[in-house]
Amino acid sequence: MDSLTLLMEGFAAALTPTYLMFALIGVLLGTAVGVLPGIGPAMTVALLLPLTFSLDATGAIIMFAGIYYGGMYGGSTASILLNTPGEASAMMTAIEGNKMAKAGRAAQALATAAIGSFVAGTIATGLLVLVAPLVVDFAISITPADYFALMVVAFGAVTLVLGSSRIRGFASLGIGLFIGLIGIDGSTGQERLTFGLPHLMDGVNVIVVAVGIFALGEALWIALHLRRNPPGIIPVGRPWMDKSDWKRSWKPWLRGAALGFPFGAMPAGGAEIPTYLSYVTERKLSKHPEEFGKGAIEGVAGPEAANNASAAGVLVPLLTLGLPTSATAAVLLAAFQQYGIQPGPLLFENEPGLVWGLIASLFIGNVLLLGLNLPLAPLWAKLLRIPRPYLYAGILVFAAVGAYAADGSSMGLYLLLVMGLLGVIMRRYGLPVVPVIIGVILGPLAELQLRRAMQLSGGDPSALVASNLSIGLYILLGLAFVVPLVLRWRSARSQPAVDAPVSDSEEKVSAGPEHDR
Amino acid sequence: MTSAIGTARSALSDKSELLVAALLFVLGVVSLIDAAMVTDNAASVGPLSSSVFPTVVGVMLLGVGAALLVDVLRGGRGEMEGGEDVDLEQPTAWAPFFAVGGFFLANAVLIESVGWPLTGTLLFFGSAVALGSRRYVMTLIVSAVIAFGSYLLFVYALGAFLPAGILQGVI
Repeated sequence: MDSLTLLMEGFAAALTPTYLMFALIGVLLGTAVGVLPGIGPAMTVALLLPLTFSLDATGAIIMFAGIYYGGMYGGSTASILLNTPGEASAMMTAIEGNKMAKAGRAAQALATAAIGSFVAGTIATGLLVLVAPLVVDFAISITPADYFALMVVAFGAVTLVLGSSRIRGFASLGIGLFIGLIGIDGSTGQERLTFGLPHLMDGVNVIVVAVGIFALGEALWIALHLRRNPPGIIPVGRPWMDKSDWKRSWKPWLRGAALGFPFGAMPAGGAEIPTYLSYVTERKLSKHPEEFGKGAIEGVAGPEAANNASAAGVLVPLLTLGLPTSATAAVLLAAFQQYGIQPGPLLFENEPGLVWGLIASLFIGNVLLLGLNLPLAPLWAKLLRIPRPYLYAGILVFAAVGAYAADGSSMGLYLLLVMGLLGVIMRRYGLPVVPVIIGVILGPLAELQLRRAMQLSGGDPSALVASNLSIGLYILLGLAFVVPLVLRWRSARSQPAVDAPVSDSEEKVSAGPEHDR
Repeated sequence: MTSAIGTARSALSDKSELLVAALLFVLGVVSLIDAAMVTDNAASVGPLSSSVFPTVVGVMLLGVGAALLVDVLRGGRGEMEGGEDVDLEQPTAWAPFFAVGGFFLANAVLIESVGWPLTGTLLFFGSAVALGSRRYVMTLIVSAVIAFGSYLLFVYALGAFLPAGILQGVI
C-alpha cells in the first residue's frame, strides 16, 4: 500500500493549477498534432518536445504524459476518419473503424475508440501502479550482465518479431547502433566516429534522429510521391453510442486491455501484436462475425483498447528498467535524459515525486481526453482537411525551429537533413524505422552495461551467461531467431503453397514498423 | 517491346537497392577503421575498451550488408512505404523533392545571417509551393504568420534562442 500513498502524493502534486494546465496543454497539443494525417505518437512527442524546454522537469514530464496519450487519441481519430494509421499499432483500428465511418457510423466508431481508450488506459495505468514497484524490486537485484541480456533481447525483438524482412530489420538496427556510437565514449572519454567535427562530440541526439527520419523523411518522401487528389474525409458530428453499441463494446474494451498491457510491459513488447490479437479474438467471439470487414464495432473497440493499454504497459520497462520497447518510448526516454533523468530502478527511489506525479498525470490525462475529445471530435475532423502542402510545409518548419532551438546552432539542421535523407532511403527500400531509433538510444546503454559486467567479472565473458535470467533470455532470443526459419523451411518442404490464412495474417502483423512514425 | 522496356526498368530499380547494401558496407568499414584508430588513454584501461563495441557493430554491418546483397541478387526487394497521401503509381517526382530539400538546406545555411523569421517564411512558402500550393498570396501570408509566430513563441514565451538576423532590434 506504500505505492498507493505515493500515488496520492503524486495526485496532490499533479492537481495543482499549474501542473493541471500543463497536462491540459499537453493533451490538447498532443491530440491536435496526433490527429494530423500520417503523424503518429512518436513523431508527435518528438516534434512537441521543444515546447517543454522552459519548464521544470516535473512540469515537462507531466506535459509529455499529456502529449503521449493525446497523440494516441489523435492517431485513432485520424485512422477512423481518414484510414491513415500514423503508427502500426493504429492499423487494426483503421481497418474496421474506417469501414464504420464510410458506412455512416463515424460517430459511434469515434465514441467506442474514445471511451475504450479511457477504460483501457485507466485499467492499464492502474496495473502500472501495481506492477511497477514489483519490477523495481526485481530490477534492483539483477546484474549488469542481465541488463545487457535484456537489451540484446529488446534489439532482437524489434528486428525479429516485427517487420516483413529480417535482413532489413537488422540493417536498420546496425545503422541505429552506428549512429549511437558517434560521440565521446562516456566511460573512457575517447572520441568515436566524430570525424574531427566538434559538434559530433556530444553524439547525435535521438530526438534529431527521430524528427529527421519521421518528420523530414516523411515530408521528403511525400514530395517524391504526393497524391495529387487528396482522399475524402468523412464529416462527423459529436460521437455517441446507443445501447446496443455499448453492449457490443464493453467486453472488447476489457479483453483489449487484458491483452494490451502485458504485451506492452514485456521488454520485447509493442502494440502491434496485442492489437492484432485483439482484432482476431473479437472477430472470433463476435455475435456478428459477418460485419467484420464491413465495419464491426467490436473490431474498433478491442484493438483501440489494446493499443492504449499497451501504451501504458510500455511505461513499465521504460520507467523501471530504462528500457524503451517502441519508437515512442525511445523518444520519451530521450526526453527524460534531456532533463537529466535516467529512468531505471533508482528513479523510483531518488525521484518518487516525479515518477508518481507522472503516473498520476496519466490518470488525469485520460480523464481530460475523454472530457475534451467527445465534444471536440468535429473540430479534430476539420484538422484532417488541412491542405497537404501546408501540412508538410508546417512539419518542415516545426522540425527546423525545434532542432535549432534545441542546440542553438545550425549543425543540428544539417544533421536533421542527413537523417531526413536516410529516412527517404529507408522508406524507399522498406527498412523499418523502429530498430534505428531503438539502436541509437539503447546502443550506448547496452555498451555501458556490458562494460560494467566485464569490469565486475574482471574481463571474463562467461559472466554474461552466469545467471539463469540471462541464459533464459538468450535462449528465448535464439528461439525467436530459429523457429520461424525452421517453420518456413518445413512448410516449404511439405507443401509448396503455404496455407493462405496463416501467411496472410503474419503479413498483417509484420507489415507494421514501416508505418511506425 | 514495351514489356522488355518494363523489365529493363524493373531490373534497374531492383538493382538500385544494392545502394543500401553499399551504404551498409561503407558504414561497416568506417566503423571498423575508426575502432582501429581509437588511441588508448589512462581511462581506457579495462576489460572492454572503446574499440570493442564499434568493431562488433562494424562486423554486424558488413554481415547484414552481405546478406542484403545476396537477398537483392536473388530477387528480394524492400517494400516501398505507402500511405494515404502517397501515390506510388505515379513516377517519382524529383523536382518537388529537390525543391523541398533545397529550401531546407537554404534555411540551414542562411538562418544565422538572415534570421529565422525570414528563412522560416522562405522554408514554408517554398515547400508549400513545391508541394503544389497555387494560391501564392495566401500561402505567403500563412508562411509569414507561422515563421514570425514561431519566432515570438520560442523566444518570448519559451525563452529559447533563435537568430533574428537582419531583423535584429526590429522584432
